[in-house]
Amino acid sequence: MMIKKENLIWIAIKTGLLSGVIAIFLCLIGMIEVFSKRDVIEHIITLGDFILLVSAVSAGIIAARAASNPDQEKQPLKNYLAGALAGLTTGILIIAFIGLSQTINLRSVFLSASPSLFKLLTFKGGTSWIWIYPSIGLASGLLGTTLFLLPEKFRQPITRAIFITFLMALFSGLFRVIMINRAGSIAKLAKYLFGQTGLTLSGATIFFVAIIAISMFWTARSKNLQEGFSRIPKAGQTSLRVALYVLLAYVVIMLPQVSGPFIAQVVVIVSLYALMGLGLNITLGFAGLLDLGFVAFFAVGAYTVGLLTSYGIFGLQHIPFWVAVPIAVLVAMMFGAFLGLPVLGVRGDYLAIATLGFGEIVRLLAGSDFLAPFFGGPQGIIGIQKPCLGTLGEFLKVDVPRICNGIEFGGPKEIYYLAVASAILVAFIALRLQKSRLGRAWMAIREDEDVAEALGINLIQTKLLAYMLGAAFAGLGGAIFTVLVGSIFATSMQLIVSINVVALIIVGGMGSIPGVIVGAIALIGMPELLREVSEYRFLFYGAALIMMMLAKPEGLWPSQATLRELHHEDPGEDLDVASSQAKA
Amino acid sequence: MAIILSAKKVIKRFGGLVAVNSVDFDIPEKSIVSIIGPNGAGKTTFFNMITGFGKIDEGEISFEGTPIHRLRPDQITNRGISRTYQNIRLFPDMTALENILVGQHLFLHSSWISAVLGTPRVRAEEQMALEEAQRLLNFVNLKGKGDMLARNLPYGAQRRLEIARALATKPKLLLLDEPSAGMNPRETEDLTEFIHRIRDDLGIAILLIEHHMRVVMGISERITVLDYGEKIAEGTPSEIQSNPRVIEAYLGRGAATEGMANAHERYSDNKTETPSQ
Repeated sequence: MMIKKENLIWIAIKTGLLSGVIAIFLCLIGMIEVFSKRDVIEHIITLGDFILLVSAVSAGIIAARAASNPDQEKQPLKNYLAGALAGLTTGILIIAFIGLSQTINLRSVFLSASPSLFKLLTFKGGTSWIWIYPSIGLASGLLGTTLFLLPEKFRQPITRAIFITFLMALFSGLFRVIMINRAGSIAKLAKYLFGQTGLTLSGATIFFVAIIAISMFWTARSKNLQEGFSRIPKAGQTSLRVALYVLLAYVVIMLPQVSGPFIAQVVVIVSLYALMGLGLNITLGFAGLLDLGFVAFFAVGAYTVGLLTSYGIFGLQHIPFWVAVPIAVLVAMMFGAFLGLPVLGVRGDYLAIATLGFGEIVRLLAGSDFLAPFFGGPQGIIGIQKPCLGTLGEFLKVDVPRICNGIEFGGPKEIYYLAVASAILVAFIALRLQKSRLGRAWMAIREDEDVAEALGINLIQTKLLAYMLGAAFAGLGGAIFTVLVGSIFATSMQLIVSINVVALIIVGGMGSIPGVIVGAIALIGMPELLREVSEYRFLFYGAALIMMMLAKPEGLWPSQATLRELHHEDPGEDLDVASSQAKA
Repeated sequence: MAIILSAKKVIKRFGGLVAVNSVDFDIPEKSIVSIIGPNGAGKTTFFNMITGFGKIDEGEISFEGTPIHRLRPDQITNRGISRTYQNIRLFPDMTALENILVGQHLFLHSSWISAVLGTPRVRAEEQMALEEAQRLLNFVNLKGKGDMLARNLPYGAQRRLEIARALATKPKLLLLDEPSAGMNPRETEDLTEFIHRIRDDLGIAILLIEHHMRVVMGISERITVLDYGEKIAEGTPSEIQSNPRVIEAYLGRGAATEGMANAHERYSDNKTETPSQ
C-alpha cells in the first residue's frame, strides 16, 4: 500500500498537533513551571524544558515511523520531512498558545497559567520565543527522525543512555548528598558529577558516553561473557554468585548508614507497599481474586500491634513488638478468612465491589465514635512502643514502660532493616508458594475455576488460603507501619492505599514477584523521592497505567509464564509435524 | 461384568424444561460406552450431573456402589471420575507440564508450610510428580512440549493434553465430551486408536459423547441414545443402527424406512463439515 503525499503531511501535522496539545496541557496544569525549578543538566536544561523537548522529539519519532513503509526500502527524505513537520507543528502550537495567553486572560479558567509561567515560556519577556520554539521544534523533530532511522545497534544504546542519564539527573541530589559526606576525593567527584538539583554538564556527558559504551560492549559481548561464565567450574560459579549476593547484602546493609534517614524512610515505605503488593499478588496475581479493600488487612495488622504494645490509654497489653507481630499476622489471617467466607461464591466484578465494601467498613469502624472506646476513634492510638532488641529479662517484662537497653528500632534508619528483611522473607515465602502444589492450584482457579474444581481442587480451602496468606503479608506490613509512625489513625487506611497496591501490581506485572518489587519502586518510591512529581502523583499513575496497558500489558517484570510465552513465538507448525511423525 | 457407574431414574429440570428425564444408565468396568443424540438431547447435562457440575433433582447416581450425586466436583474426582470438555478447557496461561501437575493435585500431600520450608519430603514429592507428568506427556505424544503454554499448542495437541490432564487424576472412569470435534479424518482415526489404548493399557472405563458416527460405531461396546432428555434406545452398535426410534429421532418420521447406516453416514458427514458449537 502506498502512502500518499498529502496523507503523509496530514499524519505529520496531526502528530505535531497532538504533541503540542500535550505540551500545552502540561503547561496549563502547572507541571512545566514546577518542574523548571529542577535541573536535568545544571544551568542548561531544566526538567520542564526536558519534558517539552521529549514531547517534540517523540512527535518526530512517531511521524517518521508513520511515514516509513515497511514494504518499501527506506526513504530518509520522506521520514525527515514528516519528522521535521511534526516537530515544527509542535513548536508553532506552543507559540500560538503563548500568543493567545497575551491577548486573553487564561488565568480566569486555568489557575496555573500564571504570569510566571509565561515569563518562563517567553524566556523572561521579549520576542525571541517567536522564532526559538519553531526552530527547537524543527530540530527536535529532525533529532527524533534520526533516532528512528539509526540502525538498532546504535539506537538502543543511545535511547538507553538518554533514559539512564535522565534518571541519574533526577536523583543526582540524592547521590550528591550521599557522596559529599565521604572522604575528600569522593566528595570532589560528587561535586564534579552532580549539581544541586541536576547533573553537571561534565557529569551528564560522562554518564551518557559511559552508558553508550557499556551498552554497546554488552550487546556485542554478552554472549561471550555468558559462555565464559558457564565454562567456569561449578564451584567457581557458585562462589561468584555468593560473592555477588554478599556485595548486594553489603549495599543493602550499608545504605541507611550512608544515605541518612530520608532515603531510609522511602525504602521503608516502598518495602511496606511491597509487602502489601506481595500479599495482594497472592489473592489477585496467583488466585485471580480481585480485592479492592486490601488496606483492611493492613489496618488489622496495625491496630493489633498498636493495641498490644501501646502505652496510651487504649493499649490492652504491653507486650514486646516481637510477640505482637506474630499475633497481628494471625489476626490478619483470621480477618482474611472472615472476608473470604462470605465472598467465596462471588466472582469477578461482584467480588471487587464486595471487597471494596469490606475495606471501607473496616476503616469506618476503626475511626467511628461507636468503637472509639476500643480503637480511639478519630484520635487514634498513640504511644506505641518501638521494637527493642535487648536481653531476655527486658523481653519478659510485661508491665510499665520498658527502657530499651539493647538496640532500639527507633527511627526509619533502624526500621529500615526490619522492613527490608520482612519484604525479603515474604518474597521468599511467596516464591516458594508459587512453585508449590498450592501455587499451582491458585493459578488453576485463576484460569478456570470450574475445571480446577473438577480436577480435585477444593475451592473453599484453596481460596480461603489465598485470602488468609495475602492478608497475613499485609498484616505484617501494617505491624511495621505502626512502629514506624508510632501511632495509628483510621485516616491512614484510605481506599487510595488499596488502589495503589492494585496499581503497583498491574504496573509491575500480574503474578510476578519481582514485578511487585519493581512496581512498588516505580509507583511508590519514585514519587516519594521526587517531591515535584508527587504533586502530580495521580496524573503520573493514570498515565503510567494507561501506557502500561497499551504498550506493555504484561507489566514491567512479567511472570515466568508470560516470558516463556514470548520465547515461543509460533510453535504451532513444527509440533503438528512432530506429533504426526510420532504417531506414524 | 461389574458395574462401575450406575444412574437410576435421574431427573434434571431447568425451570420448566426437563433436560434429563428419568434416565437409567449403567457403565460396566473397563468398557467403552457412548451417549449419542441430536443437539440439545441432554447429553452434556447428563455429563455434568455425573461430575457434580450440576445437582440432579431426583434419582440417584452411584459410583462403585456408593452414591455420589451429593458430592462436590472435587470429591467426585477424588472417587475416580475425570472428564474433558466439549470446547477445550485447558489452563491457557500455564504450561503443558503445569496443566498436568494440577491434575495430580489429589496425589500430592505437602502442606503449604512444608512447601515454604522446602523439606526433603516436599522435594521428593515434587520430583515424583514431575516424572509422572513427563510420563503422561509421552503417553499422549507431547514429549518435549512440557514448557509450552497450553494456549500455544495446536488444536490436536490441546485435545490430547486435556486427556493427559484428566488421566493425571488417576480415574477409573474417564468422560470424554466430543473428543473428535474439529478433527480431520486422519486425526479422528488416531483418536480412536488412542481411546482404545487408554482402556487397554490403563484399564479405565470410558464414557463418550460423540457426534461422529464412524467413531461411535467403531469404538463403543454399548451405546445409549438420548432424545429430549429421555433414553430412547440402548444396545450394541449394530442394535442401535437398526433401531427405528433412533432413526426417527435423528432424521424425523419417514426417514426410518431408509437404511440406518446410510442415514448415519449422511449425518456424520454433515457433522464434520460444521463442527457443533
